[in-house]
Amino acid sequence: MHVHKYEKIWLTFGIGSLLVFLIVLGWGAFYQGTQPPSCLVTLNPQNVQAHNSFKEENLGVQQVGENEYVVNVLASAFNYDLGKDEEGAPVKKIRIPAGANVTFQATTSDVVHGFHLSGTNVNMMLEPGYISDYETTLDNPGEYTLVCNEYCGVGHHMMSAIVEVYE
Amino acid sequence: MSKQSALKQSSAHDVHEVEDIETHEEPNLKGTFAAVMFIGVFIVVSWIGVYALYMYR
Amino acid sequence: MLKNKIPKPESKIAMAHMYVAFIALLVGGLMGLLQTFVRSGEFTLPFGIGYYQILTVHGVVLGLVLTTFFIIGFQYALMSKSVGMSKGHRKWAWIGYIVTLAGTIMAATMILLGEANVLYTFYAPLQAHPLYYIGLALFVVGTWIACFINFNQLYQWKKQDPGEKSPLMAFMVVINMLIWFISTLGVASTVLFQFIPWSLGMVDEINVLVSRTLFWYFGHPLVYFWLLPAYMAWYTIIPKIIGGKIFSDGLARLAFLLFLLFSIPVGFHHQLTEPGIDPFWKYIQVILTFMVAIPSLLTAFSMFASFEMAGRAKGHKGLFKWFKGLPWKDVRFLAPFIGMVAFIPGGAGGLINASNQLNGVIHNTIWVTGHFHLTVATTVMLTFFGLSYWLIPHLKGRTLTPKLNKLGLIQTWVWTIGMSIMSGSMHIQGLLGAPRRSAFSTYGGSEQAQEWVGYQIAQAVGGSILFIGIILMVYIFFKLSFGTPKGDQEFPVAEYADVNERTPMVFENWKLWIGIAAVLILFAYTIPFIDIIQNSPPGSPGFQFPIGRG
Repeated sequence: MHVHKYEKIWLTFGIGSLLVFLIVLGWGAFYQGTQPPSCLVTLNPQNVQAHNSFKEENLGVQQVGENEYVVNVLASAFNYDLGKDEEGAPVKKIRIPAGANVTFQATTSDVVHGFHLSGTNVNMMLEPGYISDYETTLDNPGEYTLVCNEYCGVGHHMMSAIVEVYE
Repeated sequence: MSKQSALKQSSAHDVHEVEDIETHEEPNLKGTFAAVMFIGVFIVVSWIGVYALYMYR
Repeated sequence: MLKNKIPKPESKIAMAHMYVAFIALLVGGLMGLLQTFVRSGEFTLPFGIGYYQILTVHGVVLGLVLTTFFIIGFQYALMSKSVGMSKGHRKWAWIGYIVTLAGTIMAATMILLGEANVLYTFYAPLQAHPLYYIGLALFVVGTWIACFINFNQLYQWKKQDPGEKSPLMAFMVVINMLIWFISTLGVASTVLFQFIPWSLGMVDEINVLVSRTLFWYFGHPLVYFWLLPAYMAWYTIIPKIIGGKIFSDGLARLAFLLFLLFSIPVGFHHQLTEPGIDPFWKYIQVILTFMVAIPSLLTAFSMFASFEMAGRAKGHKGLFKWFKGLPWKDVRFLAPFIGMVAFIPGGAGGLINASNQLNGVIHNTIWVTGHFHLTVATTVMLTFFGLSYWLIPHLKGRTLTPKLNKLGLIQTWVWTIGMSIMSGSMHIQGLLGAPRRSAFSTYGGSEQAQEWVGYQIAQAVGGSILFIGIILMVYIFFKLSFGTPKGDQEFPVAEYADVNERTPMVFENWKLWIGIAAVLILFAYTIPFIDIIQNSPPGSPGFQFPIGRG
């Protein structure tokens, strides 16, 4: 089997590019900690409130440090539960200061849901029995839509919330 | 696709000889080379584009 | 020497598959059109039909039925042509066909009754009617019969000519069916051992992550099962149509062997953003996914080389003048050629999708929908259409008329324009963060959702143009089947550029290649899969209306 010299150059370039991509990704994932969301913590999907993060009073934005926030979200068909405001109405919009360190923690009490803060890298699957988390800094102020991007039933497209990043 | 009976006697040790003879008559594939390199550059540019978006966000 | 024409009884088998495929194209295409209308925000479905019901039909009918029936029919034709088909093979081929069709009808009925609005990925714990899963299982079993017929066809041929390398077409078909068989073991296991008992109420709960992992063990090789028949056409048929030769037998086989090795142990790249899977193993499968790009790099070179050599043989000189020597007015070439071009952005997008943390930019956005409408709905479909122009008349003892050729050229351009608009706007909208698989929504009046509407209208425009393309193609198909003059349409089979090329005989060592494929699969999956099972949370009960089954 003979390989043309141009083909050798092409394959060297092609495979070389793939290697460079892999090294860049591997470096980011293993040395800078930008792994894709892969939380390994489990809970009972039929009793998610048993877990501290998803107790009624802990849902929504929690400030945990000077410039550090945790956002606990309980997803179910077809709603993201972000806790209640002072009047007892469900929170549909949360605010986070730009540049703050934010950890999103979410799970589902029924089927699989998506969790995508559109326009950001916060994009993860929520699966029954697992917590999904993503730690990030949202540097660009603006209004972001939290959308369910995994089909979850007839009201799937109605499932959303707003996250405002303010200066 | 005809069954090439000539291939029957192919054995491991004469492969290299055949390759050597063939090297002298490589077809002109300059256009092919340019085309695939264009594809390669397209792939690299697209990938860097999304990587940049990832880093910005 | 080979028979010139595929014998009648064998033609009938291939054609039986083609009828199903093209009816599926019409039905599934109509659903796609309706989806783009709904999502433009300007249209509501009548008679209480649900968006997710037609989405399920679209995915199942085009992604599974159209592709699988066309591929199996086409592969039977290739096998008849290259190694022949015995009476016993024919009998089993009909049995396989009936089983696959029965499974299809069973699943389709459940979808139409609204008992299976779970999409073609049927992610647990959405729960459909048990007959939906049983239909899917039958479908897979039917295709297994086709696998073993193809394996046996080559085996019988080899028995008659021991020591001879197998014909290229048959070699490629067997590789594709090996990929299909090995990968469907995953989806069959989850359907048989998890979904069916669970939907029948024999068990209360299902292990969601195990079912998803088994699904995606099948889900990515599935796309190679679609793609490889297109590659078969590009390697073994297109060179003949352009008046050229196969660039290299050895490189073609090498590309297919690499697909066998690397198309399966890669399913985690569809699960990159999922909890419960160790990120180390995700990255391992990302590396393996990048390996599967290599045979496509090889193929790109072989295709252009075959074109350039054909053009130069006709006397065209210069760096790119040989391009003019290609038969642009021959739809048998033009349609697959545009398919090849679409695979450039398709392949580039695929690498982006599989890029570990970069997946978070596009995961489950409509970018992904745009991506596979380039790969499967353009690269694969335009190649299949390109094959149909000669294969259907060949099987029916008819001819491709110049008039239909011209209509075919128009069809190809209509498809190209429609898809560029639709897929292009999906890609951009996806980068902005819009989700896939969603009906029209203002998302509580969010600003971002308002920006998306323009792209959704563009998708409806592209979708409408594509539907015109579908009507044209279905018309052409029936015209080729029943309406063109009787005659002998050539089955183009390309010859080798270098008849003295020595293909390494190790390429014929099936045990070796299947063995390496198995080792790679075990390497990529054993530890993370045991890990998933050992660390499983309690299982999930099924969810029906309004979530799953309608």
